[in-house]
Amino acid sequence: MSKAISALNGQRFEGAVTVKDLGPRGMITLRGDLSSAAVKKAATSVSGAEMPQAGMCTIAKDQGIAWMSPDELLVVLPYADVDGAIAKMGKTLKDTHHLLADVSDARSIIRVQGTGVRDVIAKLSPADMRPSSFAVGTMRRTRMAQVAAAFWMRDARTIDVICFRSVSEYVFGILSAAAAEGAEVYPK
Amino acid sequence: MLILTCPYCSVAADETELSAGGEAHVKRETVGADDAAFEQYLFQRENPKGIHFERWRHAAGCGKWFHAARCTNTLEVFGTYSAQTLEPPKNITDAISAARPGWTWRNFS
Repeated sequence: MSKAISALNGQRFEGAVTVKDLGPRGMITLRGDLSSAAVKKAATSVSGAEMPQAGMCTIAKDQGIAWMSPDELLVVLPYADVDGAIAKMGKTLKDTHHLLADVSDARSIIRVQGTGVRDVIAKLSPADMRPSSFAVGTMRRTRMAQVAAAFWMRDARTIDVICFRSVSEYVFGILSAAAAEGAEVYPK
Repeated sequence: MLILTCPYCSVAADETELSAGGEAHVKRETVGADDAAFEQYLFQRENPKGIHFERWRHAAGCGKWFHAARCTNTLEVFGTYSAQTLEPPKNITDAISAARPGWTWRNFS
């Protein structure tokens, strides 16, 4: 089988804030009744993370669960583990109404890291990025400039952005422009 | 800028994250309805300067449809509520009554 590569193929931009492609990442969309025990078990057993609260995510290191909507979760895990995880989740959810889809190749994941990371995101999306309303662990589906995107706060200076693969170059471009040296909202 | 709080994901979403879905609580006419009822369903819409009930979709967020009650004149938002209802809930109508006593919209008041 040919080797999977991400659309941005490891591109990296060093500005006041660093923007870099994280390469292929496993992502599984799971839809169903989030209060059902089987759905919770399916998501937590393959990701090794707790169920997130509404609007939050429990992604530690490179795997975990993100809350996407009242009936949708995104399970994030290493790219190579997706097929096995889907088979395992399918078994757990055998008798439960659900939808499972491998969306790994439909998406790109980009890491934005640096002290002014909140300002970089705030320039591009309508989300309220103040620490009081966007704490570490918050997940937000929104838009970035003209395209749909979602991001979560990994730690105080790191935000991981996901977007559709087809718009990866565009998102990487606008993030780089917003993160460039001299574009800081509060220059040193 | 109009900011509505999505009742499904509790995000305060601005206009650019939402898509408008037209008037709320429109009754769908079907087989057996007369011409007047069909005309009402297909073409007759409110166009108020004041209290209005609308459908919105949190398009760039959780993707859910919901209802919003707002004033088209001042952009004041009285509240948002679930799409799974045929009429505005009491807490919404109470909020409007507190701000605009004596309001009416279609057959609601």
